[in-house]
Amino acid sequence: MSRATSVLYDAPGPLARRRERIGSVVGGLLVLALVGVGAWYAAGRGVFEADRWAVLWDPPKNQSALDVWRSLLVVGLGATLRAAAVAAPLALLLGLVLAVLRTTRLAPVRVAASVVIELFRGLPVLLMMFFALLAFGWSAFAAVIFGLTVYNMAVIAEIVRAGLAALPKGQSEAAAAIGLSRGQTLRLVLLPQALRTMAPSLVAQLVVLLKDSSLGFIVGYSELLKAIQNNAQYFGNASVVALFTVGAGIYLVVNISLSRLALRLQGRTRRTAAPAVDVTAPGPAPRGATTGH
Amino acid sequence: MDLMVIADNMPAYLAGFRMTAQLTIVAGLGALVIGLAVAAMRVSPLGSLRVFAATYTELLRNMPLTLIFFFAVLVLPQFGVVLPLGYWTAVGCLTAYTSVFVAEAVRSGINAVGVGQAEAARAIGLTFGQSLTSVILPQAVRSVIPPLINVIIALAKNTSVAAGFAVVELTATGRRLAQQNPADVVLVLAGVALFYLVVTIPAGQLANLLERKVAFAR
Repeated sequence: MSRATSVLYDAPGPLARRRERIGSVVGGLLVLALVGVGAWYAAGRGVFEADRWAVLWDPPKNQSALDVWRSLLVVGLGATLRAAAVAAPLALLLGLVLAVLRTTRLAPVRVAASVVIELFRGLPVLLMMFFALLAFGWSAFAAVIFGLTVYNMAVIAEIVRAGLAALPKGQSEAAAAIGLSRGQTLRLVLLPQALRTMAPSLVAQLVVLLKDSSLGFIVGYSELLKAIQNNAQYFGNASVVALFTVGAGIYLVVNISLSRLALRLQGRTRRTAAPAVDVTAPGPAPRGATTGH
Repeated sequence: MDLMVIADNMPAYLAGFRMTAQLTIVAGLGALVIGLAVAAMRVSPLGSLRVFAATYTELLRNMPLTLIFFFAVLVLPQFGVVLPLGYWTAVGCLTAYTSVFVAEAVRSGINAVGVGQAEAARAIGLTFGQSLTSVILPQAVRSVIPPLINVIIALAKNTSVAAGFAVVELTATGRRLAQQNPADVVLVLAGVALFYLVVTIPAGQLANLLERKVAFAR
């Protein structure tokens, strides 16, 4: 099993294995019983009655199932993905620029970059969306993009900094020795290597960005959650369970796929790239890996 | 531009800050308790509990916090559970959401302890309880504290989502004050930002410091 098990316990013998099996079955039954009681209670309230879920295949009020799914997937999810598709590249670009500025020899620039990073990392995304909305008078879409961009830019700058710091010192020394300028060293030697080791953290941050785009619901941007609410209001509150299930399912599918991708990338970097950090050494996870939620 | 707008509305700011702090502390404690339980299940030898804890983690971690609030406010009533809108709903949602990140931090802290440590402890004849309390946990706790502080920082910022669901905390206060003082919106919201930063920046520095200390201790 997992490494956690082997740290805490000795390899089990036959007796312990039998006990574990019994405990596992008892624990499993307990969990199932709890879920069962919940489901039984929900069924008593009519949550599972077909007409409440019919909105997904045969909706009332002369709407076709296609209309409902289009409003959820094309309009709702489309708006969510559009916000992410605009904000993510912007955040990546600005994050890279900030991280590089943070390594320059000009102290004022370095300090300014650090201040910007610390500032935006320490503020709620929602507050920054309200700032764009109320102080700049921007549209809800622009406000969402602004909030997502400035926050993730700061986090990505931190991820890049950690990635650069994890490279062996010999890399920049060797680059200097063959006469590369600081800019060339970064562009040709350090960043290509660092970006590779950072790829998993960056993809994980994309999940955070995608999740945060749902804050648009609060500032008035019509994304996936809003589409669910609109449908629930139109078809009546009884349909909200079915619509919510679809919405939650969409988030789970998209985000779990991205997380899997991050894990795959992590496996790949470990195999191919020269290990910049000894990943087998015990110690806290690299910074940036746990920054987002 | 009138700096007095912040001073004049200080009571409102402080009330908002108190609500944000209260949400952070109460939900943080709740998340700590549930998160520890989930982490214990996750590393337990009982397969079914491991699967349950993993499912719980995977589900909540991949859903936006807004979606969880949405569930509590608009979906749960269909199940016959009508929560009082406002404070307690926010506490519940923030607790559930944060518990997952607490669990993950604790689990990776336990994983960070080298297997050799436990093997050595067993080799010198320590019992399971002894090796847990005097070898594994002291090391695990040290590497868990910095990520745990980061989880709490994220929680402090996440309390702002409650502003969208009828809780008047800092962000909601800022929105209201901004609408009341349209000439000083930038200043009003900068005041709100300041209240967040006095908590998040020092806490972040503390986490960094501790992290460096742990790294050197190894």
